[in-house]
Amino acid sequence: MNPPAIIKFVIDLLAVFLLALGIKGLSKVKSAREANRLAAFAMSLSVVGLLSYYLGTSGIAIQSWIWIIIGSIIGSLFGAILAKKVPMTSMPETVALFNGCGGMSSLLVALGVAIFPISGGQENFDFFKSLINEVSISVSIFVGAITFTGSIVAMAKLQGWLSTPGWTQSKFRHFVNIVFAVASLIAFFDLINGNISSIWLLVIVSSLLGIGVTLPIGGADMPVVISLLNSYSGIAAAAAGFVVDSQLLIVAGAMVGAAGLILTQVMCKGMNRSLVSVLFGGSLSAQSTASSGSGEYTNITSCSVEECALTLEAANKVIIVPGYGLAVAQAQHTLREVTKKLEQNGIEVVYAIHPVAGRMPGHMNVLLAEADVPYEQLKEMDVVNPDFPATDVVLVLGANDVVNPQAKNDSSSPLYGMPVLDVQEARTVFVIKRGMSAGYSGIKNDLFDLPNTSMVFGDAKKVLNDLIGELKDLGVGEK
Amino acid sequence: MSFISLLWVLLLGSLLGLELIGKVPPTLHTPLMSGANAISGITMLAALTLIVKAEGNVPLLIIGSISLGFALFNVVGGFFVTDRMLAMFSRKPSNKK
Repeated sequence: MNPPAIIKFVIDLLAVFLLALGIKGLSKVKSAREANRLAAFAMSLSVVGLLSYYLGTSGIAIQSWIWIIIGSIIGSLFGAILAKKVPMTSMPETVALFNGCGGMSSLLVALGVAIFPISGGQENFDFFKSLINEVSISVSIFVGAITFTGSIVAMAKLQGWLSTPGWTQSKFRHFVNIVFAVASLIAFFDLINGNISSIWLLVIVSSLLGIGVTLPIGGADMPVVISLLNSYSGIAAAAAGFVVDSQLLIVAGAMVGAAGLILTQVMCKGMNRSLVSVLFGGSLSAQSTASSGSGEYTNITSCSVEECALTLEAANKVIIVPGYGLAVAQAQHTLREVTKKLEQNGIEVVYAIHPVAGRMPGHMNVLLAEADVPYEQLKEMDVVNPDFPATDVVLVLGANDVVNPQAKNDSSSPLYGMPVLDVQEARTVFVIKRGMSAGYSGIKNDLFDLPNTSMVFGDAKKVLNDLIGELKDLGVGEK
Repeated sequence: MSFISLLWVLLLGSLLGLELIGKVPPTLHTPLMSGANAISGITMLAALTLIVKAEGNVPLLIIGSISLGFALFNVVGGFFVTDRMLAMFSRKPSNKK
């Protein structure tokens, strides 16, 4: 090995080590932030290693520098701006967008190498080598395209730009996707056989496959899909590593791919859904129309903010159940003010966080942390569930399916088996909600019919603001 | 690098990834996903290689540059957004009461 190659080898080794430390550290609250920075540093290091290697061997042409600078400035700039501007509530769709672009990058690299074979790469050309090259190019394009279109569809659905078309809920969609998959396979093998023109067919049908698979999936399952696509983008990166002969790319891509799969599995567990049913089961709401899920409410008790304030004032222990509705109303800061008042009056306040509260596991924790809620007040489901019988008041804010007792009691319900918060065990439950509409699952919530449940209708932020006023009038929190 | 040793690299990398994510608290699912996502933008190295080796082939330079842009969008955006999320956790637990 010549000196530049040795230097690059050492740098690559160091980068892989730091990346592994980074991923490891990201799975612990204490070390997460440093770990993220460590991973970012490792990535910059790997760029330095690669550029220094080429500078020391073949040199880098001025023209190449120009295109490198153009590409990196534009990409980094847009990435940084979006990352700074995007509201915390849109985190899932942002991750999806970033992820899709990673897939697109792998696709483009493979496409470029396939259409314009790199000069000088042919020094020891042999059939086996070129076969591997063609296979890795095809895999990179296939996975990259699915990652890109799938992520974009996921983002558009979460943003509400795309709804779930009716036909995608019928069995017909499996037929369509099988056609796309078979066509991809044909293009795949045709390409490996050396028919370069079928590369475009591969790009088109694998893109369509990404759309076809993601489109029928309902909003509640979308986080799982994003996590899976995240894993795919790692696989695409590893395939691109085979294309350009880079061990570093293969290791990093494989790590992300494998870690993404594990994370997907963990998320599925939290929602009591299998990966297969997420991918092929369609959205929950489509199934529920056929089952007993729908039905009329018979025993709704509605109450005023004033009553709610009076009950809260008399309570000793209050549990807050925040849901996505809270995030949409941007009411986490107002909620924090309410709980501060209660705490000043000596009332114990705890937040019960369902594993999939918000739109993505851990999303609600991020939103509440943004509003300065102390970390130790956030309790996970398994920890908080035994506490409900000893709780005076539960405030459900914009959560629905995660507090539906049907998941425990009604074996015919599509929600049956999903872990839920046992809020109905508490003495009084207030549900703050705009109207009687159903949650993501589209299923009636039996909780609303229970005698100890009262509905407070209105926008979460407005209700909470009124609540602050009422509590003030009662002298709560003004010692 | 021979194909076989690259396969070994792939295998060991995958095992490492499986091993690293053992027990993750749900709190960290979103940041972890977003951080891992940023790392998958490592394809920027492939894009860089493409540009360096293009040697005056303008269409290839353009493809490489676009690819590099997409990858860096993923990397830079991903790390920044993860940092923003994690900054909220690391804030000192304020008033105890």
